[in-house]
Amino acid sequence: MAKKFLSGNEAFAYGVSLARPQVISAYPITPQTIVVEKLSEFVEDGSLKAEFIHVESEHSALSCAMGASSVGARAFTATSSQGLLYMAECLTYAAGGRFPIVMMNANRSTALPWNIYGDQRDSLSQLDSGWIQAYAENAQEALDLALMSFYIAEHKRVSTPFMANLDGFVLTHTYEVVDIPTQDKADEFLPGYETENKLDLENPRNLAFSAGPEHNTVFKYKEHLGLLNSKKAIEEAEAKFSKIFGRQYSGLVEKYKTDDAEYILITVGSISGLVKEVVDGLRASGRKVGLLRLRYLRPLPNEEIADALKGAKAAAVLEKDISFGNEGTVYTNVNSALHKAKINIPNSNYIGGLGGKNISAEEIKSIFDDMEKGKSAVKFLGIGGAFDGN
Amino acid sequence: MIEVLWHGRGGQGAFTAAKLLGAAFTLKDNRYALAFPSFGPERRGAPIRAFTKLDTKPIGNRSEITKADFCIFLDDTLFGEAAFDSLKPGGKILINTKKSFEDGRVIAIDADKIAAEIIGLPITNTILLGALAAVSNNIDIKEIETAIMQNMPYKLIEKNVKAIKAAYEEAQI
Repeated sequence: MAKKFLSGNEAFAYGVSLARPQVISAYPITPQTIVVEKLSEFVEDGSLKAEFIHVESEHSALSCAMGASSVGARAFTATSSQGLLYMAECLTYAAGGRFPIVMMNANRSTALPWNIYGDQRDSLSQLDSGWIQAYAENAQEALDLALMSFYIAEHKRVSTPFMANLDGFVLTHTYEVVDIPTQDKADEFLPGYETENKLDLENPRNLAFSAGPEHNTVFKYKEHLGLLNSKKAIEEAEAKFSKIFGRQYSGLVEKYKTDDAEYILITVGSISGLVKEVVDGLRASGRKVGLLRLRYLRPLPNEEIADALKGAKAAAVLEKDISFGNEGTVYTNVNSALHKAKINIPNSNYIGGLGGKNISAEEIKSIFDDMEKGKSAVKFLGIGGAFDGN
Repeated sequence: MIEVLWHGRGGQGAFTAAKLLGAAFTLKDNRYALAFPSFGPERRGAPIRAFTKLDTKPIGNRSEITKADFCIFLDDTLFGEAAFDSLKPGGKILINTKKSFEDGRVIAIDADKIAAEIIGLPITNTILLGALAAVSNNIDIKEIETAIMQNMPYKLIEKNVKAIKAAYEEAQI
């Protein structure tokens, strides 16, 4: 292992490089640019033997990755925000075609108003595209996720594309100390990509075909099973990862001091680091609080959410997203998990960090205070006082 | 936690210094750092800030620093009374300047002079880093030197190592 002081983007690029992708196709967009710049440097200096294809758009970036995957190559791309939306048409193609492409998405707000800063509205708008969606908390997890994402996506019972999300700027552009595994150990963890789902002159087959009303549901059902099967593949990947590299991950969710917690805040991504500090502070003054971090949103950790919240008096979801005319999408998903498990506790939704707005420790403390009032509401942080929509 | 707030102009290397400090501090095990710039479009000459947080436990707070242990100005035209509001009690301000200050919280260093003599360019970021090592009890000049050797382009290493040492001596009062 080598220790380096890296940004989230750079750390992710090291992880991708260790996975030895054969084709990288990408189009630059802030705040994703550095991950592909770094990979192009690795290709240029010969340390990574891959085809680096600089395409003319995000739509082409993913189309190109699909072409590569359809001949059995390990393919990587990366994007952000409007770039993700521009390639949206291709997202369902990649998922339906069962091409296990890995993509890093630098979470960034969506226009208008034009904004280059971080929130999670871009990836959350694509939850139904058929991709696995994971969210990293820090640069080390980003690197490790890069390596694990190929293992999970390419797993025989999964064969589903993987979107790894890093919060724009606060994670992609912040430098931290990161352990970089050796190539030997990375190779031990991740063998080369083997698949029958490819164009092969020796074994001709039809890929990416049409399926009319009669057969369509079966294909969609199998696509759904692929996502559900990824739960086991994630477990398997993390067990193997921990054995080889010694770092442990906790599957679809991370439970931080939730076991005896009465009040639990649910978050996604890098804001969880600050929530842990607030939880520690409140615990020191005797308050039974905890954090549930959703590491994956697809597959949705239904059972894990229910299990973490079953003993709580109240919960709240803090997310960098709003589904206009309704509420935050993470909140909708969490409520669905609670409803199915017949857990009926007050659960509020806090919309924060839109367009990169800072979320402070004081705001997080005030969410925990609010939870004790035992009411459910949808509130926006940072508009000068709580706004409940009425 | 030690929090360092850097002020400079685009091109003066404030963020490079912020990163070098983080890299230096984390050379030893069980040390953690975050380093980041004020995010946004970058322009040469425009005021920028950069942030370094140092601790012996993982740092979860990725927000900008509002109260710093050290406030560092690479350019004295950016310094004003408002700087004192961003200091923690007991905090210090380091400024690259030819002026002198009565206030005990301010440490003035003529980094431009050291830069002219050693680097041959008016780039003072590593010089202020050397001065910071002199006034802080937790930042080791040897580790700054190693971070420069590991992270700066080869042709810049010798001059910058010489410059941090000169600044370290100069600020030892």
